[in-house]
Amino acid sequence: MVTPDDSGSPSPPRGPSRSASLVGVLGEVLLTAGVIVLLFLGWQLWWNDAILADSQTSAARAQSEEWGDLYAPGTRLAPSAAPAKEDFGDPLVAAEPAHAEVIGNLYVPRFGTDYVRTIAEGTSTDILNSTRLGLGHYDGTQMPGEVGNFVVAAHRSAYGGALHLVDQLRLGDPLVVETVDGWYTYRFTNLDYVMASAVDVLAPVPQEPGVDAKDRTITLTTCNPLYSTAERIIAYGVLDSWRPRSAGPPAELASILGKG
Amino acid sequence: MYAALWRVLPGPIWLRIAVLVVLAAILVAALFTAVFPWLDGILNPQSVTVGE
Repeated sequence: MVTPDDSGSPSPPRGPSRSASLVGVLGEVLLTAGVIVLLFLGWQLWWNDAILADSQTSAARAQSEEWGDLYAPGTRLAPSAAPAKEDFGDPLVAAEPAHAEVIGNLYVPRFGTDYVRTIAEGTSTDILNSTRLGLGHYDGTQMPGEVGNFVVAAHRSAYGGALHLVDQLRLGDPLVVETVDGWYTYRFTNLDYVMASAVDVLAPVPQEPGVDAKDRTITLTTCNPLYSTAERIIAYGVLDSWRPRSAGPPAELASILGKG
Repeated sequence: MYAALWRVLPGPIWLRIAVLVVLAAILVAALFTAVFPWLDGILNPQSVTVGE
């Protein structure tokens, strides 16, 4: 590495020895690299995270309005006067769509009243790191409302961090999945901490492969601890109720959708 | 490196500082909009799934 010789300007005589200035340049390069690494972390964990969280939320809202327009054009979503829990029979179960196609939206009031993200088919980075999706459904696991296990993955931090607050869930918290067919209200039951190889959480009965499922469960997987990928944190829920779209959103979403 | 940059810049101190601030802003903007998204795709993305 040779520093340019600025002989054209009336510069002061060359300072210390050439080797000392080489060390100085090396130090400056290293300092600059350190600053750029910090900038990258800031971009990934804060800047890009915030941008993706915002665009994923907007996209999910637009998706929800599009579905709503299929049934009641022009009207805004508002929970029907929250009737007592009605029985609409067995939930509708859609067929598993093609890769990257939208399955539904996830609402979790515990994550904030403005929380809504879209779930798409597949758990590859084109879905999890997307500006519009953010939650990915594991191929081959069950669909919303189906007997078995509806399993979804998302980032804990960065890329919109759709499951950033997963450790804040409390017993009975609603996890509502909206699809074109209706609303599936799951209730959070418990958390689990596992290694990344724990594929048994994807079983129809989580952690019990080979057992025939009787319940309709939801499973959320993301990384743990926060800002690390050493382990996985798993959140489970069980289907509590189902409403066809014509019946309107469940009362659990009153605080979210009622804001007009 | 930076000493040479400082010597190359024209004008009084306030102008040199202003030019450096603008240069730094352009550099950060280029990193945020082009370099970091590209780098992010190359680095191993964070894994959040369970699997074999």
